[in-house]
Amino acid sequence: MRLIKKLGEWLDFRLQLGATIRETAGHPVPRETASWFYVFGSAALTCFMLQIVTGILLALIYVPSAGEAWNSLQTLNHGVSLGWFIRALHGWGSNFMVAIVLIHMVQVFLFGAYKFPRELTWIVGVLLLLVTLGMAFTGQVLRFDQDAYWGLGIGASIASRVPVIGPWAVNLMLGGPIIAGATLSRFFALHVFVIPGLLIAFVGVHLLMVLKLGINEWPMPGRIVRRSTYLQEYHELTHKQGVPFVPSAVWKDIVFSAFVLLSIATCAVYFGPFGPGGQPDPTIIQTAPRPDFFFLWLYALLSFLPPSAETPILLIGPAVGIIVLLALPLVAGEGEKHWKRRPIAVLTILLTAVVLGTLTHLGQHTPWSPVMDAWSSQPIPSEYLQGRTALERRGALVFQVKQCHNCHSLDDQGGQRGPALDRVAVRLTEDQLVRQVIQGGGNMPAYGKNLSPAETTALVAFLTTLHPASQSPARNASQSTTSITREVPPRP
Amino acid sequence: MTAESGMSRRAMLAKVGLLFNGIVGTVLAVPIVRYLLSPVTREMKADYESWLSLGRVAQFPAGQTRLATYRNPVINSWDGQTGDIACWVRNVDDRTFQVFAINCAHLGCPVRWFAQSNLFMCPCHGGAYYQDGSRASGPPERGLFQYNYKIEEGKLLIKAGEMPTPGRAANTKRGRTTCA
Repeated sequence: MRLIKKLGEWLDFRLQLGATIRETAGHPVPRETASWFYVFGSAALTCFMLQIVTGILLALIYVPSAGEAWNSLQTLNHGVSLGWFIRALHGWGSNFMVAIVLIHMVQVFLFGAYKFPRELTWIVGVLLLLVTLGMAFTGQVLRFDQDAYWGLGIGASIASRVPVIGPWAVNLMLGGPIIAGATLSRFFALHVFVIPGLLIAFVGVHLLMVLKLGINEWPMPGRIVRRSTYLQEYHELTHKQGVPFVPSAVWKDIVFSAFVLLSIATCAVYFGPFGPGGQPDPTIIQTAPRPDFFFLWLYALLSFLPPSAETPILLIGPAVGIIVLLALPLVAGEGEKHWKRRPIAVLTILLTAVVLGTLTHLGQHTPWSPVMDAWSSQPIPSEYLQGRTALERRGALVFQVKQCHNCHSLDDQGGQRGPALDRVAVRLTEDQLVRQVIQGGGNMPAYGKNLSPAETTALVAFLTTLHPASQSPARNASQSTTSITREVPPRP
Repeated sequence: MTAESGMSRRAMLAKVGLLFNGIVGTVLAVPIVRYLLSPVTREMKADYESWLSLGRVAQFPAGQTRLATYRNPVINSWDGQTGDIACWVRNVDDRTFQVFAINCAHLGCPVRWFAQSNLFMCPCHGGAYYQDGSRASGPPERGLFQYNYKIEEGKLLIKAGEMPTPGRAANTKRGRTTCA
């Protein structure tokens, strides 16, 4: 022990850091901030450190070459002892990091932590969110499989829509004319050097400001932030009623960080690593590319934007969103901090959560995509065929063979791109069905050129049988009148 | 400069030193920026695209649409399978062909051909195209991208080499990727 103490003294005499560290560790914080609500920032940092360590470990094996990356991932999964576990830790660590950064952001937003004098801390925090998402996206690319390949295609297609410089932006992003070796190399450089460098720098500034300006105090309804009085009030909170950060507050950070690490490790063991999926061979087109969890909402959004508005929304939307986040503390730097007195803030969080949650859920189920093999793998339920005429059964065959089932479901089987057809005869008359099949409309292609008149007749005959026994099919009210009129003999 | 004007000789030398660094930095920035922009400047100097063969015309029966693949003309030895690109060839009547890019005009996912319903469908966001490549439904703003083609000595040649994207077709107007 004496030797260690002597060594410590020897080092500190030269480094002269001991006093600073002791002072920093023991700095007073408002009593109520020693709370479980204040642990997410340190947990995000813990995740980041785990990512650095596991990232370096993966780099020992991973080959950032378009021709070899996929094979090296297979080697990591199957050929290297516990390589799968390091990959799983890195993958789950990434998911946890994004999730905790988002939770941290929601917490500091609801606690009004972005207000004076911590405006810049929030702004740097927004930059940290962006670089964290940048790490998540570039990391997904390094898992160089089919999803990564076509995900890059989506990125390039979005980049190409930038006015004037779009095509050049694509070449810059891909490092050449197509998604290939140069693309993977530059995403490797981004993921391993550029973005982590930014992350470390931003984390440093973020932490420095937290220490210099002090942690946000526990908000109280009615305690208004004013630039003229805040510093004095905060000083009283910390120096008269405060507690030292170490050990009063830090133990919760430490315990929660350990809990997060344990959760990541548990997920890694239980669920294993992410992919890689199919080989990044663009000639294999039997694939349905999908991004990682935290980008599913965007993937879903892209299927709902109307074609005419898509490009402006794609290009302007993110910029507006980032500007709003960055400008928030500058326009709302004073006032109430407590969430009970900030209904719009709470509603904004709820609305954002509901929107992102719904879009993510939709992104997992992709109801807008045709089920490519429904026509050949999902039969028409037998009760839809019993007691039908030959013509109607031929129509059912047309329904399958012409792949209507890929977009329309029957008895919850098949695609959801178009409406379910179990009750279509109640909604549309025979004439309307013919028109819809031949001319298309809404989101449906026109089948006029692809169906013979006989096939159309049979298909519509089948569709008119699709109604519940208790409900009669829709009919054109004027039809009976017209047919009666026709039967009236012409006047002499 | 004298001390009277508020600047000592050494302070001035430090500023001269900074200026010198600025000049050297600017000079160094030129090659660095050119290096970074090489994927763009390369395209401006020498086109990425060239004529390449998809095989004999006889491989593509009249009235049918078939998948073809080619090796991209601009590749590196470490590109692996990513240098292989697929496209759809439609033989309209043995004299007229249409060669569609595999990439959906919406966001570049690989479209699949369904001969039974004569539609191309995209697995990503549900875009659909008719057999002539024109837009049928879904989020795409336009029809499938088409390669220019020609037939020489019984072989079907297309001009290809660059990933088609919505912006390129809209902005460059080179007629290489025309709307169906």
